[in-house]
Amino acid sequence: MSQDAELGLRDRLARLSGVKLLRGTRLSTEIERLERQLERLREDKSDEEIWRSVELARHQDRPYTLDYVERILEDWFELHGDRGRLDDGAIVAGLGSLDGRTIAIVGHQSGRDAKERTHRTWGMAYPEGYRKAMRVMELASRHDFPIVTLVDTQGAYPGVAAEQHGQGGAIARSQLAMLRLEVPTVAVVIGQGGSGGAVALAVADRVLMQEHAIYSVITPEGCALILWRDAAQAKRAAAAFKPDAPHCLELGVIDGIVPEPEGGAHTDPDKAASLLREAITAHLDELVLSAPEELLRTRRAKFRGMGVLAAV
Amino acid sequence: MSAPGRIDVSIEHKRSAPEAPPGKHPNTCPGCGSHYRDEELAEHLRVCPQCGHHFVVGAWERIAQLADPDSFLESHADLRSADPLDFFDLRPYAERLAQAESETGLGDAIVTGGARIDGHPCQLAVMDFAFMGGSMGSVVGEKLARACEDAAAEGGALVSVSASGGARMQEGILALMQMPKTVCAVDELHEAGGVLLSVLTHPTTGGVLASFASLGDVILAEPGTLMSFAGPRVVAQTTREKLPDDFGLAESNLRFGHVDAIVKRSELRTTLSRLLRLFGAES
Repeated sequence: MSQDAELGLRDRLARLSGVKLLRGTRLSTEIERLERQLERLREDKSDEEIWRSVELARHQDRPYTLDYVERILEDWFELHGDRGRLDDGAIVAGLGSLDGRTIAIVGHQSGRDAKERTHRTWGMAYPEGYRKAMRVMELASRHDFPIVTLVDTQGAYPGVAAEQHGQGGAIARSQLAMLRLEVPTVAVVIGQGGSGGAVALAVADRVLMQEHAIYSVITPEGCALILWRDAAQAKRAAAAFKPDAPHCLELGVIDGIVPEPEGGAHTDPDKAASLLREAITAHLDELVLSAPEELLRTRRAKFRGMGVLAAV
Repeated sequence: MSAPGRIDVSIEHKRSAPEAPPGKHPNTCPGCGSHYRDEELAEHLRVCPQCGHHFVVGAWERIAQLADPDSFLESHADLRSADPLDFFDLRPYAERLAQAESETGLGDAIVTGGARIDGHPCQLAVMDFAFMGGSMGSVVGEKLARACEDAAAEGGALVSVSASGGARMQEGILALMQMPKTVCAVDELHEAGGVLLSVLTHPTTGGVLASFASLGDVILAEPGTLMSFAGPRVVAQTTREKLPDDFGLAESNLRFGHVDAIVKRSELRTTLSRLLRLFGAES
């Protein structure tokens, strides 16, 4: 089966399952048919392949937010600081022009060398980073600029100062801010979508994942340490919680998968950027047709409906 | 002041956290080592009469402490977790769920329903740490969201009492999605003119702290509550920072401005009653 066909199939199943789960009704025959087809695919997605995505998502040469910004946007103007305390380098935010329309981009950012990585705390944001994100998203909403977030973090920074500055509350409020935005929003997980630090920037009208990105409740190592008491069991943990894009699509958590160049985004960043740009543009073109109230209603209904309950 | 973009953590390097006391029996006080019979502790709302240490309280006992007698009416009791990932670590998730249910008598880590507190009508959503560490999966998220909706329908108040280690790993990414789900539900409650009184009890960490629990119109915490997004062990291991003695505790969160008040368990009911009156819940 071609990749497009597979993605189409998973997409339909995700939607149908979503309908079933939310409304308590059953579209059983259609779902069963799709599920049978998917069963084969699921067997194909081996534990090894899931782990390969984990490795590609963390590849040291994988493009970061700013690598995409410089390839996708014209006239990028970076905005700094949370207007309260400081400028957190782990999240970058700014305005730029995409096909002649001004958009805001907010994304996690790590570094290429030791010095930059330290400055950007390996892409793990402090509360100040999320406050910067909120400030820029709110200004974009005020000026009717669509917002694109690029998610790429192991998680929010787990440090003493981060806690003292209100990490939990900042992550909660960032999600809240995104639920209230009156402009089209597209979030793309471009590397590691780790835990609350990721979802804080991913409450969007459309949530996409690059083909080899991962999106998960905890890092594979963290999960292995808690459940197996052994971080070396990370591969087994990843196989168990399935952070790969096809599984996230199947569970109805994301709305689409953005293809990457053969071998992963790092093998051809220009190609990866052009595929990403294509996906973002296509979704924004669709979203701008909806009135703000409609966007808000649909976005909120989508997140309100997340989850799977046992049939009673 | 440190260089721009760098975060100054120098003041936070202090003594390391004390070793956990070797309290073995659940009724032995980790604060002072006193030992109690179960009914003795229950009589004192599970607070050590010697040193004031607040023991963990289960959901039903908490409801009995807060709600007027016979006023609580449970809702959405039939919701149960599914196992969409077929999750298997050392044991299957389905088996862990069944065991948690038989050990605690609860359907999941939260009990919700309508109640009166000192005559004031409200919805109550009370978490129970004994059910898989109070972790939030689809059922906890759903029941919390429905409690918000029930409160909104009455134009009233929701009192949430959280106790949670965070998101439920066995539900993978869907557990993470309960964060925006509950955030959305709280926002709808607010839009409807309702109020969320969020009570944090030991421990409230991870995904619960980083979602609905931090969005209370008023945030209260019991003394000694650990309320950090990342747990102390994770912080110590990841950053090698020395943790202050009061790392993540309610007392330090009060100082840093993340909680409105620390309320002793013996005063929690009257405090909630006062707040419900101030917010206009008729009695």
